[in-house]
Amino acid sequence: MSLKAPPELIVFQQMADVPYNWSLGREGSLFLIALRDEKKFLGIKCPSCGKVYVPPRKVCGPCFTANSQWVEVGDEGVVTAFSVVNYRFTDPATGLPREVPYTFAFVRLDGADTKLCHKLAETDPARLKVGMRVKAVFAEQRTGNIEKDVIHFRAVQA
Amino acid sequence: MLDEVAIVGVGQTKYERRKIGETFADLVFEVTNKALEDAGITIRDIDNVVTVSNDFQDGRTISSMAVMDACGAFGKNVSTVEGDGTLGALYGLMRVLSGAFETTLVVAHCKCSEGDQDLIWNSAFDPVYYRRLGLEAVSASALQARRYMDKYGVTGEQCALVPVKNHRNARANPWAQEAMDLTVEEVMRSPVLASPLKMLDAAPLSDGACAVIFANRWKAGRMTTKPVWVRGVGHCADAYYLGDRDLAGVDSLTGAAKRAYGLAGIVDPRKEIDVVEVFEAFGYQELMWLEGLGFCDPGQGGVFTAGGNTLMDGPWPVNPSGGVLSAHPGLVAGLVRIAEACLQVRGDAGARQVDGVRTALAHGTNGLCGQGHCVWVLGG
Repeated sequence: MSLKAPPELIVFQQMADVPYNWSLGREGSLFLIALRDEKKFLGIKCPSCGKVYVPPRKVCGPCFTANSQWVEVGDEGVVTAFSVVNYRFTDPATGLPREVPYTFAFVRLDGADTKLCHKLAETDPARLKVGMRVKAVFAEQRTGNIEKDVIHFRAVQA
Repeated sequence: MLDEVAIVGVGQTKYERRKIGETFADLVFEVTNKALEDAGITIRDIDNVVTVSNDFQDGRTISSMAVMDACGAFGKNVSTVEGDGTLGALYGLMRVLSGAFETTLVVAHCKCSEGDQDLIWNSAFDPVYYRRLGLEAVSASALQARRYMDKYGVTGEQCALVPVKNHRNARANPWAQEAMDLTVEEVMRSPVLASPLKMLDAAPLSDGACAVIFANRWKAGRMTTKPVWVRGVGHCADAYYLGDRDLAGVDSLTGAAKRAYGLAGIVDPRKEIDVVEVFEAFGYQELMWLEGLGFCDPGQGGVFTAGGNTLMDGPWPVNPSGGVLSAHPGLVAGLVRIAEACLQVRGDAGARQVDGVRTALAHGTNGLCGQGHCVWVLGG
């Protein structure tokens, strides 16, 4: 029999859920514990260049030096970039579309050198600007999950 | 590295939103045969293979092993790069340069239509600090675009010039997915995806594959195809966490370009490079990458593009193929830039050929928001 065109093209559909247990490491654990129990943001400082990393991690990449000194940074900071998302993207927690509009932002917390990525309460682009000051809004019940323990950042009235 | 290794064959599929009739291995088989035919050789002339694929896109652990038959690697030395196609090409080039191999086939495949792209790109992020927020490629790039435009005063209209140009160029490329005539106003009026990015600022999703064959000087001299020599290549990467980087900066691209230009003996890319193919998943990225490649100063990409410098009839045509905005088959896209630059040097680019190309630049990017870059300088 010679090759012939199929009367239909078959597509096989399957979900591929894989449960993981990711270690946070010592730095990540201390950071999330301070957030959960004391509503504090901790950073870690490179002994070589002095850069303060939030979230904290073991190594300063540019220096290739082990970070060594813990510092508390503010729960307020400055927005360095933002985006109001208007498409219903897939929520990684549920696999379902997430409600929009929805604002992502980078916030440089007072005393930190890196930016933290989180959500902003404001979704009107006209009321958002780079350089605006914002403050973390904490959840009443906190579990050590930064996306839930910090509900979002809201604008600080000047 | 002048004239040590040549590209002797290239092959591409047509890029389409949904190639429902082919498996990803079918696409690999198609482009492998096209590249062999282009080089005028058979699979017996290939002594090793580098495949490029992504397990999350393919939904399969070590999915590279699933294309061994289709790329002619049966019984051969084969290895894999999971990253942009330019990095697979870099590995293939190194294998020939090492002297251990004479002819390397590099083949990349991706079917963006088969997996949920939001979830796959979301999975590129750190699972603890970024992933649960829901960021993926579009929203992360929107944050980068905002930072870039805010830092330098680049306008949405300047960014919109890129999709207008590239979709127009794509009309001359039979492999492109989205060829169309657009105006800046149409781009600006298209729905906002994630501010400041609009629908027409963004690349489509594509299915496709691409293959490139590298040969040493001795082998290249025995082939009928005009050899295209690898004059220089450079790769450089920035920090993983987006919050560690100044997203308006292009330090890693500047570093990659400096290394490639150094090997190629290029002092001023504006004087020595005739055509450019860059990996621009969004309009603003082409502006940024031109700054990093040294075609204009930091922050001047918008002004440079508005001056007509990158048009087909401008002094430095950028993305005559239509670029990634006209077809985005994921990590295949960088290898496509090399294949297209190669065709330009050979004079085989058909209706999208730029006149008098002696030296072409191909650029690929790896990771989110241009974390890493790979720059290639090819010459005849």
